Amino acid sequence: MSEVLRVEKPGLFTTIQDLGRPNAMPAGVPAGGAMDRFAHRAANLLTGNNEGAATLECTVNGPALVALRPCLVAIAGADFDPHVNGRPAPMWTGMLMSEGDELSFAGRRGGARAYIAVAGGIAGDRWLGSMSTNLLAARGGMHGRLVSRGDVISVAGLPGALAISGRHLSQGYRPDYANHSLPAIAGPHVRRLGPEGRKALFGSVFRVSRDADRMGYRLEGPMLELSGDELLSFGLVSGAVQVPRGGQPILLMADHQTAGGYPVVATVAGAALPVAAQLLPGDELSFSEVGVETALRQRAAQRVALDSLKS
Amino acid sequence: MPAPRSTTRIRTHPLGEAALLAELGTRLDTALNTRAIALAAALKKRRDVRQAIAGYASVTVHFDPDQTSLEALTAAIRRLASKRPPMAEPGRLHRIPVVYDGPDLEAVSAVLGLDAAKIVEIHTRPIYRVFFVGFVPGWGYLGPLPEELELPRRHVPRTKVPAGSVAIAGRQTGIYSLATPGGWHLIGRTAVKLFLPDSDPPSLFRAGDRVKFFAAQG
Repeated sequence: MSEVLRVEKPGLFTTIQDLGRPNAMPAGVPAGGAMDRFAHRAANLLTGNNEGAATLECTVNGPALVALRPCLVAIAGADFDPHVNGRPAPMWTGMLMSEGDELSFAGRRGGARAYIAVAGGIAGDRWLGSMSTNLLAARGGMHGRLVSRGDVISVAGLPGALAISGRHLSQGYRPDYANHSLPAIAGPHVRRLGPEGRKALFGSVFRVSRDADRMGYRLEGPMLELSGDELLSFGLVSGAVQVPRGGQPILLMADHQTAGGYPVVATVAGAALPVAAQLLPGDELSFSEVGVETALRQRAAQRVALDSLKS
Repeated sequence: MPAPRSTTRIRTHPLGEAALLAELGTRLDTALNTRAIALAAALKKRRDVRQAIAGYASVTVHFDPDQTSLEALTAAIRRLASKRPPMAEPGRLHRIPVVYDGPDLEAVSAVLGLDAAKIVEIHTRPIYRVFFVGFVPGWGYLGPLPEELELPRRHVPRTKVPAGSVAIAGRQTGIYSLATPGGWHLIGRTAVKLFLPDSDPPSLFRAGDRVKFFAAQG
């Protein structure tokens, strides 16, 4: 392990995340992991890492980080207007920082979550097979807590080949974060909505409420009325749209509860979860019904985009 | 005579393009749950399955859509479920001491028309089954709760229930493993830790385990 970055300012809510701990779900522990996995994977590939290496997930604004040694860094996801030593720095691009260089962010221009990868992969506490931070259990990542001022970020492996500095993801391969129409597949309990309710689900605009975090987003919009008895609890997945009594839907995100008993009326396609991860309270969204085939095509297209970064 | 084989067809529903919900039934039933746990264990051995989590009477399967499809996996699930499940080993038995002084004990007593001692007697009578572990880390869905104690959830859930609270709702009972919001009726508390963050697995209870409560002094 070698120390690469010192945290001058932590940003509002910065955590270490990787692809999570799905194997811990049978113990009731959320799988967790990066909310926008496309940006997380892209940032890693741009620095020569495996897609599953840990990155910094920065929410709403970015940190200020000073390089303690030369390192290759990439920023992907939300645009918080990155700068190095006060000069604008590119996103979706592997860039070399020299010792003493400062990476900072001028302010949010769009999106909710930016990812910072460092060649070698960011090091953190490993808990139940993952370095992802779980704040509830206070485990994983930066000792189970938010990254804070004065922390030193280390890399887990050998800093990768610095020769790949300058690699970038083509514009056409970057997610369209401004398109908040989320493709979604009808869920197991969609029939409980009835034809009118289904029309409301797939034809209305919803708004992300203030009750929105890494567990999920409570949505405001038309009340969805469901029929039928209470369900027995069952295992849940990221992207599921569940409707509790009261009819205000909840979109489940990376730190969602492993099980619950509310009807699931839709599940957002995997390829659209990165867009969902970039939503903030007040943002509008809608669900457009798609079939499994369409969702698989979108998933394959994202794979092509990520594979363009491998060589 | 051998028990009649269940003729109900397992229904599967997509949960996005990389997961599905396989429903074995809609009743809170120990035999259904035993089948769900066995099915989840069998599915986990498949290379195209990333995770399989048993619910009360269902299995949520996370799969690799590059290796299989909803249709292929549905066929495999029906094949696996038609086999006689292996003799379920009796799960480990946990004896949990409970101080029955919960903040809802009086209200529960009033609604059910049973005095507190009777509620304790009924709650400590059965050996409960851990249907599965989920919701929050270490939480076990335990049941079935005797009908005499059956109550709907509280109208207004509490925003914070202390860890260790022993609670009832419907035909279920459980222990809050962490301080979380909750809508169940709190009848007691225990010092036993259910969420064990530094153990692997990090939960005292596992699906299929058995639990016996006994009254302890505060």
